[in-house]
Amino acid sequence: MPVQYYIYLALALFSIGIIGVLTRRNTIIVFMCIELMLNAVNLLLVAFSKMHHHAAYLQNKASVVGSEGQLFVFFIMVVAAAEVSVGLAIIVMLYRNTHSVDINFLNRLKN
Amino acid sequence: MNAIIISALMGVLLMFASMATSNKQIIKNVAIVALLFLLCSNIADTYSWCTIKVNTRDMFVFTKFGLYFNSLAIAATLIYVLLSGNEIIKTGNYAAEYFTLIFFVLCGISILSSFNNLLMMFLGIEIMSIPLYILTGSAKKNLKSNEAALKYFLMGSFSTGILLMGIALVYGASGTFDIHQVAPIGANGLQHAPLLEVIGLLLIFSAMLFKVSAAPFHFWAPDVYDGSPSVFSSFMMTIVKAAGFIALINLFYIKADSLAQLWKILLFIVIIVTLVVGNITAIFQQSVKRMMAYSSIAQAGFMLFALYAINDVSKEGILLYAVAYTLATVGIFAILVKIEDYTLEGYNGLAKTQPMLAFVNAIFVFSLAGIPLTAGFFAKYYMLAAVIKTGGNAGIVLVIIGVIFAAVSVYYYFKILQAMYFNEGDAKVNNVSAGFKYGLFLLALTIIFIGIFPDTLINWFYF
Repeated sequence: MPVQYYIYLALALFSIGIIGVLTRRNTIIVFMCIELMLNAVNLLLVAFSKMHHHAAYLQNKASVVGSEGQLFVFFIMVVAAAEVSVGLAIIVMLYRNTHSVDINFLNRLKN
Repeated sequence: MNAIIISALMGVLLMFASMATSNKQIIKNVAIVALLFLLCSNIADTYSWCTIKVNTRDMFVFTKFGLYFNSLAIAATLIYVLLSGNEIIKTGNYAAEYFTLIFFVLCGISILSSFNNLLMMFLGIEIMSIPLYILTGSAKKNLKSNEAALKYFLMGSFSTGILLMGIALVYGASGTFDIHQVAPIGANGLQHAPLLEVIGLLLIFSAMLFKVSAAPFHFWAPDVYDGSPSVFSSFMMTIVKAAGFIALINLFYIKADSLAQLWKILLFIVIIVTLVVGNITAIFQQSVKRMMAYSSIAQAGFMLFALYAINDVSKEGILLYAVAYTLATVGIFAILVKIEDYTLEGYNGLAKTQPMLAFVNAIFVFSLAGIPLTAGFFAKYYMLAAVIKTGGNAGIVLVIIGVIFAAVSVYYYFKILQAMYFNEGDAKVNNVSAGFKYGLFLLALTIIFIGIFPDTLINWFYF
């Protein structure tokens, strides 16, 4: 299967994530959209890593080119988990004080 | 490597310090000693007296520039803790944890100053940002602080997503995360690999502009700096922002070639928009804290000059600028947290009630505005000189615009002076100890000293 399909899928997921962040009003859903963006990147990295590996494999059967892309995915997962723990704590703190998770709350500071 | 390891260890140590004692003063002193130790260990690393050797497989390159920046950042943090430590421990119930988070931020900063791999850059940015989200929301009952934390968090992780997309595209084009390695063209069967790399670098660049709050990605900055507890916003807009610029310099001094002509055009627009937005909006602010937030956007515009001019002078200049800007802003905020009313009216008549505070505040303001005999003057001078050195008509235009906006900034900075010295009123100041005043006085002396002999700071870079 050509790598192009994976790139298109990853870009589509990433765009859905961005559109979600920009349009949705519920903090939790915005947060989920950000996670979607990160996961689109994971998919893309794995696809590229496979692509580079395949190109190198044709030249040299013992090549390990492309493994670092997959390693990067693990780091993204760990960091995303750390971000989730901090982010949900912030959202919970907000909910305790305002009893709402609506993003319109963010406009209060403007003036 | 020393700074990265020891700052993380010191963070853990302070976490346990809260279990050993509940006395906040002791915790603050432990943090000061830990910072001193961190500073010494980084200096020892710089001159290879005592280095923890780790085989990083070329993921890090420890240059003199990065290590010297580490020392400056740690020293600035030390000054910041010495001046505002009492305010930090007053923010909430978890004094030790705030210092812990500050140490973790320093760990991220020391990664950012010497990465050689996009993976390490990503980790450095995250290690630096995630503690900041918590520090922003540390006043848990304060709605403004909550809001700032949520906004900073959402914007920050959104920009992380964009950064990661950029890294993934660069990886797709070049097959490596190493920033020094250039991949052979056409090796991977992708047709548009160079285009992919350009798009990837542009995404990384815009994500980094988010982090350093340069226009057009500055929207979060005033709200977040305004909403978070004052002590922490001074930390966020000085040391952290400077580290963002060092990361940009580390990456784009190497990668700018891939962008070719596009890089200068893009940066030209970004610098002008940042200067205009930062300076013009700052004029209309009534709250000093919010004005400082906008002025920090304007100062980011000046620091971007170092990216436009890629040469030796700009490397010296960014160090000098970071120091001058950090010292002055930390000083202004140390006074601001003591004043009850953050608006300009709150400063009315400060010269009568607290002549000493008004005097040092005036020196800090002079330095930010770039008046000669203060550090800020030579900082701006080096930035403009670096751009002139690269030459080109666009460079000259940039320098002229820079000078004009430096003059505009004088107008709003001097509103503080006007309030302190010429307006009637009695500014209310919370408990100011003699030691605090002497500390501020020493800081002001340092700024004047750097302003007269900027070489003392820069020579260490080569020495």
